[in-house]
Amino acid sequence: MRRATLGALLSHWWRHPLQLLTLVTGLALATGLWSAVQAINDEARASYAQAAAQLGAGQADTLIPKNGFIPITRYVMLRRAGWQLAPVLEGRWRLQKGSVKLIGVELLSHPSLPAISPTTAGTPPALEALIPPGRLFLHPRTMDQLAGHPGLPPITLSKNLPIGVVLSDIGLAEILLKQHGQITRLIILPEQPLGLEPLQNLAPELQRQPSAGAQVARLTDSFHLNLTAFGLLSFAVGLFIVHGTVGLGIEQRRGLFRTLRAMGVPLRLLTTLLLCELLLIAVLAGGIGLVLGYLVAAALLPDVSATLVGLYGASVDGSLSLRPSWLLSGLGMAIFGTLIASAQSIANIYKMPLLVAPGIQARARVASSSQWTLAAVGGGLVLAGLAAVLLFDGLIAGFALLAGLMLGTALILPLLLSGLLILGARTARSALTEWIWADMRAQLPGISLALMALLLALATNIGVGTMVSSFRLTFLGWMDQRLSAEIYVTVQDDQQAADLADWLARRGVTALPIRWSEVPYKGAPLRIYGIVDDVTYRDKWPILQALPEAWDQVADGSAAMINEQLARRQNLWPGDVLTLRQDWQITVAGIYSDYGNPHGQAIVSLPDLLQHMDHVPNRQFGLRLPPEDVPKLMKEIQETFVSPAVSTIDQAGIKARSLAVFDRTFVVTGALNLLTLGVAGFAILTSLLTLWNMRLPQLAPIWALGITRRHLAWLELARSLALAALTALLALPLGLMLAWVLLSIINVEAFGWKLPMYVFPMDWLRLLLLALVAAAIAAAIPARKLARIKPAELLKVFAHER
Amino acid sequence: MNVKSFLTTFVLCLPTLASSQGFAGLGTQAEGFAIPEQGHRLSFPKDHGPHSDFRIEWWYLTANLKGEDGRDYGVQWTLFRSALSPGDHAGWSSPQLWMGHAGLTTPKHQFYAERLARGGIGQAGVTVEPFAAWIDNWEMVSTDPTLNQLTLTASGSDFAYDLSLQAQGPLVLHGDAGYSVKSAGGQASYYYSQPHYEISGTLTLPDGPMTVTGQGWLDREWSSQPLAEDQSGWDWFSLSFDNGEKLMGFILRGDSGNYSSGTWISEDGSVSPLQPGAFQAQPLGYSVVEDRTVPVKWQINLPEHGVSATIQAINEQSWMGVSFPYWEGPVTISGSHTGRGYLEMTGYE
Repeated sequence: MRRATLGALLSHWWRHPLQLLTLVTGLALATGLWSAVQAINDEARASYAQAAAQLGAGQADTLIPKNGFIPITRYVMLRRAGWQLAPVLEGRWRLQKGSVKLIGVELLSHPSLPAISPTTAGTPPALEALIPPGRLFLHPRTMDQLAGHPGLPPITLSKNLPIGVVLSDIGLAEILLKQHGQITRLIILPEQPLGLEPLQNLAPELQRQPSAGAQVARLTDSFHLNLTAFGLLSFAVGLFIVHGTVGLGIEQRRGLFRTLRAMGVPLRLLTTLLLCELLLIAVLAGGIGLVLGYLVAAALLPDVSATLVGLYGASVDGSLSLRPSWLLSGLGMAIFGTLIASAQSIANIYKMPLLVAPGIQARARVASSSQWTLAAVGGGLVLAGLAAVLLFDGLIAGFALLAGLMLGTALILPLLLSGLLILGARTARSALTEWIWADMRAQLPGISLALMALLLALATNIGVGTMVSSFRLTFLGWMDQRLSAEIYVTVQDDQQAADLADWLARRGVTALPIRWSEVPYKGAPLRIYGIVDDVTYRDKWPILQALPEAWDQVADGSAAMINEQLARRQNLWPGDVLTLRQDWQITVAGIYSDYGNPHGQAIVSLPDLLQHMDHVPNRQFGLRLPPEDVPKLMKEIQETFVSPAVSTIDQAGIKARSLAVFDRTFVVTGALNLLTLGVAGFAILTSLLTLWNMRLPQLAPIWALGITRRHLAWLELARSLALAALTALLALPLGLMLAWVLLSIINVEAFGWKLPMYVFPMDWLRLLLLALVAAAIAAAIPARKLARIKPAELLKVFAHER
Repeated sequence: MNVKSFLTTFVLCLPTLASSQGFAGLGTQAEGFAIPEQGHRLSFPKDHGPHSDFRIEWWYLTANLKGEDGRDYGVQWTLFRSALSPGDHAGWSSPQLWMGHAGLTTPKHQFYAERLARGGIGQAGVTVEPFAAWIDNWEMVSTDPTLNQLTLTASGSDFAYDLSLQAQGPLVLHGDAGYSVKSAGGQASYYYSQPHYEISGTLTLPDGPMTVTGQGWLDREWSSQPLAEDQSGWDWFSLSFDNGEKLMGFILRGDSGNYSSGTWISEDGSVSPLQPGAFQAQPLGYSVVEDRTVPVKWQINLPEHGVSATIQAINEQSWMGVSFPYWEGPVTISGSHTGRGYLEMTGYE
C-alpha cells in the first residue's frame, strides 16, 4: 500500500512539472544564495586564519610604544629581565614602482613561520637569512613589484605569504627601511618563565595590545555580517517560495488525499509519506542549490577579495575550496528550511476533517487576528533594535538595529496593507469595486508572506543602493578635491626628481612634491605627508572640520591635518595634540576625509617633515597647469626624461583607475541585491499560483454574474500590481532608514568614516517599476490561465464543491 | 624558517650534540674559522671569554645536589655559542648566535627550558672582567675575572634555581694542556674544566622552594671542527668519586668504531690524560625515553686506575626535550668506586 500511495502522491508532480520546477528552483535558490555567502565567509575566515598562522604570532599579544619606536636597548633590557619577546620592525619599503609592506622579524625568537619553512626535506635551512646579505621571502606575485630594484638580496618565493608583503629578518629590514636600532612592536611569546616583574613596571612607556589578528577580524567581521545578513535574507525569501509551492501542492491534492483516506490509507502513513516526499525534494533541490552556491561564490570571490584588500587591507585568496562542513550545513539548511516552510501545510492535512472543503474566508478571518499578533511582534522587534543601538555601541548594535527594523517592519506589513485596503474599500462606489477591495483583503493572507519578501528585498535594494550611490557620489566629489593636480609624475630617484623640478620650474609649472614618511603609531603605521604651502591645498583639500587659519598653521609647522579615520579611531579633533614621536608633538588643525584608506594619515609642512624624519624620498609630484596644456606637457616630459624611469598620469587617468577600484568593490553588493530581488519576484509568482486554485470557487460566482473571463483576468493583474505597488511604497521609508543606518552607524564603526546621504528618486522609480514588472510577470501566468479557462471548469465549481 | 630547522644547523656545528641525521658533509670544513692547534697555551682569564673566530663554544655546568629532604637533585646550565662566520660586530648582523639550556632533575621529574639569542645586541654573551655569561635573565656571573666564585641563575615556566658556587681546586686542562683530540682522524677542541665546585642555593619547584647543597662541574670547550663524518653521537661522563678522585670520560660512537678518551683527576687536583680506548663503558640497562631506547645504566672500566663501577641514572627520564633533544641527568656510582656524577647522551634515535 505504501508504494501505491507514494506513487499516487508523486504522480501529482509529474502532472504539474512547472510546480515541481518552482519548488525545486525556490529551494535551490534559497540554499544556493545562503551557501554561496557561507562559502565566501568560510573562505575569507580561512584566509585570515592562514595568514595569521603563516606569519606566526596570530594569537599573541603585542607590546607597542605609546608613540614612536621601541629602541633595541629596551628590547634587550626586557629580555634580560626574563620576558620572552619577539621583536618586529614593520614599514613601507619604497621601490622604484610603488612600495610594499616589509615585515622584519627576528627569525630566531619569532613564533614559528610556516610560510617560510622549508617544505621539502633537504632544503638548506635559511640560517644565512640572519646575516648579510640576508634573504627576502615573498609571494611570487609580489615579485613583479620588486623586479628591477637594484641591489636586491637573495629571494625565496613562498605562495603561503600574503601578496604585497615582504618578510625578512629584522637585521635586513632595518637596513631596507633605514630604521636602524628600531623596533615597531614586541610579540609577547606564549611561554614565560617564573617570577617576572610586571611589564608596566619595567617598561611603562609600552602598552599591551590584543593580538593583531583580532583587530583585522573585528573590522572584517562587519563585512561578513553584512554578507550573512544578505544570505539569510535570500534564504528567508526562498522559504516563502517553498511555503507557497508546498501549500499549493497540498491544496491541489486535497481531492486525492480524500480519496486515499477513503480507500483506507491511515492518516499517519499519509503524512509520513508526504514528509518523505518533501525530504526527497529537499535533498534534490539542496544538491542543486549547493552547486549553484558554489558557482556564485566562485564568481563573487575575486570581488570580495578585492573589497577586503581595498577596505581593510586584509588579503583573501581568490580561489575557493570545497569544505565538507559547508556541504553538510547547506543540505541541512535545505532540509530544515523545507520542514519549516511546509510545517503548516502538513499540520493542516493532519487536522483535516475527512470530508470538509476549506473556505478561504474562514482562513481570512483567522488571518486577521494573526495580523495583529504579527504586528505586535514586529513592533517589539523594531523597539528592540532601537534599544540595542541606544544601549550599546559598536557594529553589532548597528546590525541589531538593522535586523529589528527590517524584520519588524516586514511583520507589520500585513496589518498595514489590510488597513490600507479597508481605507480603499471606503472609496468603492459600485458592487464590482467593492468586491475587488474585499477580494484583495481575502487574498492578502495567502500572499502576505510573498509581499513581506518583496518588502524586504525592495527595502534592502533601496537602502544598500542609496548607501553605495551616496558613497560613490561622495567619493567622486572627494576625488575631485583630493586629486586636484592635473598631472602626477613619478620618478625613480632623488636626482631625477631634482632635475625634473628644475626643468618644470624653468617652464613656470607649479610642481607640488608628494613626499611622505611613516612612523608607527599605536602599533599601526601612520603615514605623514609633507607639503609645500600652495593654494591648491587651501582651495581644494576635502576638509571636514578645521580651526580657523588651519593651513597657515600647517605651513608654519605648528599644526597638522589628519584624516578622518585617525581622528575617529584615536578621538583626536581640531585643537588636540598629536604625538607623532616622542620628540614630535603637533596640534591637530583640521580633519580631512580620506575614503578607501584603512590607515591613519597626517599632513604637515614639508620642512617640518624633513626636519623630523631622515631619508624622505622625493619621487612624486603633482603638477598644476591649465588643463589644455596637459597633453603637451606630458608629451614633453616623456620626451625629455627617459621613459619608463619617469612615468606620468593625468588626473582623468588616475580618477578612472580609482573609480574602477571603487566600483569593483561594490560588485558583490549589487549582485546580491539583484539576486534577492529576483527571488522575491519568484516568491510572488508562487504565491499567486497557489492562490489560483483556491480562488476559483470565488471567481466562479463573479463570472456567473456576468463578468467576462478576460475582464476577470485583467482585474487579477491589476490587483496584483496594486499590492506590489503598495508594498513598494511602504518599502521606500524602510529602505531610506536602512541607508541612514548603514551610512551613519555601520560605516563609521566599520570603516571609520561617516558619509553624507544623498537620495536618488530616479533609482526608486526604477525599482518601483522593477517591482511592478516582477509582480506583473508573476500575476500574468495565473491571469492568462483565467482568461483561457474553459467555462466548464468554472461551472464545475458549482457542480461539485470540493 | 622555524627554530627547529635553525637548530638542526646550529647543532650540526656542535660535536657533543651532533645528530646522526643529516650530516651530509655539511660543515665538515671549518670555512675561515680558526682551528685548535696542539701546543697552544691557554691563558686566563682571557680564555674564559668567547672565541668568536671559532665556530662553536660552550660554558657547561652540571651539579649533583642534595636537598633538605634528603633527595638527590641535578642541575644543568649551558650556554652555547655558534658562529655563522668568524668574528663579531655590533647589531643584528652579528654572525654570533647563542643558545641556553637549563635543566633541573628530581628523582621523579625533569624540568628544562631553552633560550635563543642573536649576538651583537647584548641579549646574550660572555665578558671576562668581571666574568659574566648570560642569555636573557639566565646568568653565570662572578665578581672577579676568575671562575672561583660564581652565582648561577635560570628559570623556566615551571622551575627556577639560584645557586652559589665556590671552587675548591684548580682548573683542569684536558688532553694535551687543553688540546683535546676528538677522533682518530684528528678532530680536536680546546677543553678545560673546573670540576671542584661546592654549591649551595635554592631550587624553585612546583611544590615550593628547596634548599640544596652539593658539587658542581664546569666544562669549557671551543672548536671549529664538528665530529668526523661517521660519528653519530656521544656518551659523556663526569664522575666525582667519594674518595675525592674524579673522572671525565667520553665515547664518540662511530660507524667505524667508537673513539673514547678522558681525563683522570686525582684527589690533589693533578691531571692525567687517558689514552684513546683506555676508558670503556658498556650499557647494562635501557629505558624507553620519548620513544627512544636510551641506555640509563652503564658498566664503566678504567683498569689503570682500578675502576670497575656501575653508573645508574637517578631519573631515567632525564630528557632535555628542547628543539634538539638529548638525555642529560645526574647519576650514582657503585662498585669499585662510589660517588655521583653526570651523564650526557646524544644521538639516540
